[in-house]
Amino acid sequence: MISDILVIIHDYWLLLLIGQYPNGPLGGLANTLILSALSIALAFPISIVLALARLSKWPILRWPVTVLVYVTRGVPLLMLILWSYFLVPLLTGADVPSFITMLTTLVVYQGAFLSEVVRAGIVALGNGQMDAGRALGHSYLGTMRYIILPQALYNMIPSILSTFVSTIKDTTLGYVINVPDLTFAASQVNNQLLTQPFQVFLILALVYYAICWSLTYVAHRLERRITRRRAGLGVRLAAVIAPAKIVSEQS
Amino acid sequence: MTGFNLSAILTNPDYVAMLLHGIEMTFVIAIGSWLLAMTLAILLLAIRFSPGRFGDWFVAGYVSYHRNVPTLVQLMLWYFGIFTLMPDWLTYWLAGHNAEAIFAVIGLGLCQAAYFSEDLRSGLRSVGPGQMEAARALGHGYLSAMRFVLIPQGVRNALPPLINHSVSLFKNSSLGVVIGASELTHAVKEIENLSFQTFEIYLVGTVLYLFFSLIIMAGGAYVTMRADPAWRARA
Repeated sequence: MISDILVIIHDYWLLLLIGQYPNGPLGGLANTLILSALSIALAFPISIVLALARLSKWPILRWPVTVLVYVTRGVPLLMLILWSYFLVPLLTGADVPSFITMLTTLVVYQGAFLSEVVRAGIVALGNGQMDAGRALGHSYLGTMRYIILPQALYNMIPSILSTFVSTIKDTTLGYVINVPDLTFAASQVNNQLLTQPFQVFLILALVYYAICWSLTYVAHRLERRITRRRAGLGVRLAAVIAPAKIVSEQS
Repeated sequence: MTGFNLSAILTNPDYVAMLLHGIEMTFVIAIGSWLLAMTLAILLLAIRFSPGRFGDWFVAGYVSYHRNVPTLVQLMLWYFGIFTLMPDWLTYWLAGHNAEAIFAVIGLGLCQAAYFSEDLRSGLRSVGPGQMEAARALGHGYLSAMRFVLIPQGVRNALPPLINHSVSLFKNSSLGVVIGASELTHAVKEIENLSFQTFEIYLVGTVLYLFFSLIIMAGGAYVTMRADPAWRARA
């Protein structure tokens, strides 16, 4: 069993790592990581805008975002992927690669999800910061920009990291629209070998485990450090303060 | 696309039958895996609370694996991998008994158990050691203190994450389509292939999922409210 696994890794590690590149599109683990990183990078600024809209006093800004957040919370990601697969080519009028389709879906999905994280971060700071900022002569947006967001976003770094982990796990769903990622590469290997599906998918699971476990570990370390810093105290006292719970969507 | 025509789908008896079957399978998978997950979660929690380090390591490993490997990959490992390693008689039996749905229940249930057990554990942990000491001082035994003092409070604390994760579980039942379970997403894709009314049928599928998810969320909010001592004192 173990020797089978080693042989598969030895024969197919390049396919699992970068797909058929340079003879075909970039795929494999590299593509999984690029897709996840791009999604988070694009979703992050969107999520801040969405969070501010949801905290706004104007219903016209608040309502659409609330609806979006509930739709993304209540509808399976798979269904959203099918929607993008259908709508993105229709709206752009072009033959869109599945990578872009998946990226669009993840940006919308994680953007809406991250916006809840940002909102929670802002709400957790309390009203005092806003009141003080306004009292010092900042405008609403000025207070947000210079006082609230820098603190809220700093506190949220662990949550963003764990959203990144869920994004990596979510990219596996690209399998249904043939996004050339790690899962796709593994199923290609499986199709070539035919006889060792368990070994192939075990390798797949272990690779995802290694990546997600290390990132989660980093997130927890960061969280502890940030809690400590927020307390403005040494190491000892921080233990008394309950750590803020990392918000994360499973997938 | 030739105009929006929802009634063409909703009045076609074949399509309605497929949708209803899809909804039924979605609920079979969601409820089946929920029950499996909750049973396993309680079992994992019992192992964790019992003395001995080996059990702790086992539970920690179990939770870590199921939380760090994508659910889809877990399902694939079960259906494409472990299924083929099973003895012949079991393979035949499963193949004759909707193996796709069974593996969806097993895969999702085992995965969700990790989340549920962590929710319950952090709920129990947040009760605080004083409660146990006070209960013991009042003459409760360990189990009786657990039963009457710690578990009721712990479960109440754990309700919000449990409900969120139940909604996730319901949504994740759609992953069954990848291993061929004939649930709602599967029905939606089938009808799309037959009718070519992509927009309409996706809309129907989305509204159905959203409807059931919102019901679960609302039900969860109601249970949370009922469990609140302030509400019960008033009633």
